[in-house]
Amino acid sequence: MTARTEGATAGGGVGFLRVPAGFRAALPVILFLLVGFAAPLLAVIGFSFMPARTFGFTGQPTLENYITIFESTSYISLLWSLGLALATVLILILISYPVAYGLVRVFGRWSTLVTLLFVIPLFVSENVRLYGWLLFLIKNGVLLGTLKTVFGIEAESMLFTTGAILLGMVYVYLPYMLFPLTLGISMVPNDAREAASDLGASRWQVFKEVELPLSMPGLVIGCLLTFVLAVGAIAEYKVLGGQQVIPITHDIEIAFTYAQNWPLGAALSVLLMLIVGVLVMIALRRFDLDKFLGRR
Amino acid sequence: METRGVRVRHALIVVWLLAMIIFVYIPSVCITLASLTSSRYFTFPIPKWGLDWWQKTLSSIEIHQILETSIMIAAVVTVIAVVLAFFGALAFARYDWKGRSIYQKLVLLPIFFPQSVLGLALLLWFNALGLQLSWQTAVFAHLVWIVPVVTLVIAIQVYSFDPALEEAAFDLGATRLQVLREVTIPVLMPGIFSGSLFAFLLSWGNFPLSLFTTGADTTVPEYLYAKMVAGYTPGVPVLGTIATIGAIVFLIGGYLVMLALNRRRSAA
Repeated sequence: MTARTEGATAGGGVGFLRVPAGFRAALPVILFLLVGFAAPLLAVIGFSFMPARTFGFTGQPTLENYITIFESTSYISLLWSLGLALATVLILILISYPVAYGLVRVFGRWSTLVTLLFVIPLFVSENVRLYGWLLFLIKNGVLLGTLKTVFGIEAESMLFTTGAILLGMVYVYLPYMLFPLTLGISMVPNDAREAASDLGASRWQVFKEVELPLSMPGLVIGCLLTFVLAVGAIAEYKVLGGQQVIPITHDIEIAFTYAQNWPLGAALSVLLMLIVGVLVMIALRRFDLDKFLGRR
Repeated sequence: METRGVRVRHALIVVWLLAMIIFVYIPSVCITLASLTSSRYFTFPIPKWGLDWWQKTLSSIEIHQILETSIMIAAVVTVIAVVLAFFGALAFARYDWKGRSIYQKLVLLPIFFPQSVLGLALLLWFNALGLQLSWQTAVFAHLVWIVPVVTLVIAIQVYSFDPALEEAAFDLGATRLQVLREVTIPVLMPGIFSGSLFAFLLSWGNFPLSLFTTGADTTVPEYLYAKMVAGYTPGVPVLGTIATIGAIVFLIGGYLVMLALNRRRSAA
């Protein structure tokens, strides 16, 4: 890793060329993200302090939007969003660990094909795929229609329940857990596992003492990514959940659209950003990206 | 040794994998089935098969317009994202410089961010700047999320890149531009290529960012969503199937091009 050099800065040159090559290469992306990411977030934060129902930055700064939130029932939406996101993450760990393990240790030359099979759905819009689930679960749909004509069973549809929302989220965010986890498990050297077995460790001990700690970076990235995405989910609630559960993203969208109260929507967004931001900061603070991505 | 235990465990993992693959493809199968019915409403088993709705959808001028908008946005996003991300990836993984670790985290932030909130933030920002929303603002919005993703994809390739190659070329008297064109870009080509595939397809399928930033223009996922919430029409499964098949064809085409590139390189 130390072999990475300063590049050809020794060649000299004047002005801009004397800046480190890395910084020069990074500059376009940094400038773009300042304009396209940092500035919009600052705009949201600024807007959240504007008087309710205004559409510019000229008003007198106020805290009324935050007071409105604490007096409203938005915290229920927030708790639903956080709770279902947490449940999604836990289910995803359980169902994707065997596949990730298989990709690294079992499938061998089939791994590329298996990876491809899990990648393809990523490129189809999530609301299209959720719509497919709707067709599967709906009354007289693929599942219930089959049950009825083949087995003669009349069952209740699980559509528009919390379970359906959870199913949708687990489904949509599966690749975001699977691939970091696979990367994490591939960081566990085979020698370490074998050494542990040779020393008499049981399968469970090998998992707990060797595999899990060494693949932790992948697990952390996977959990973080899926949690953040699931907290921001909205289509799952709308397509599969009916109006059973209202997530915080729905409150935000309503504030921006029907209610035409942008400052309130901005304040809700700031709260969500704070929660997500703190989590990401804590998890990534001491994270060695070079080690994680560089290993192949 | 517990080889039998190992075999049973591996068999279980394979069974689990098959179950997961079925799980992953259930929606696509359902959508394709629903597009092949000729009745107005979807019931299963399908009472009357037919391609009527395909015909109706494919001859609709509105749908052509929407497909065009989606493809145009994805194409422009791909070109800009790959150029920015190429240099961004060099800074991410190739050079050792003072701000690198902060820079790496800055690049990750937009990925670790709820997209619907990002879309709204951009809407506010465009509004504050007085910009008219159109497909151009959607391109910008897509880039905020896709540039970091493509940077990561190319960076993974850059990690296995040997900087000594560039230095050797410099020692042989090549100019900066020559080194870039003759050494750096060709060596990193597989990463650049998969990066562009990602850029195109992620833009093609994006919904949360488009929703708030396209203005009067409409992309395929947006159109589908509007139709979905408005009530059932078999046009939705048809267009959904087209979007899915389009992505698969593009991905397989990309894979074949990559194979051909590799073969030509190893022949040379």
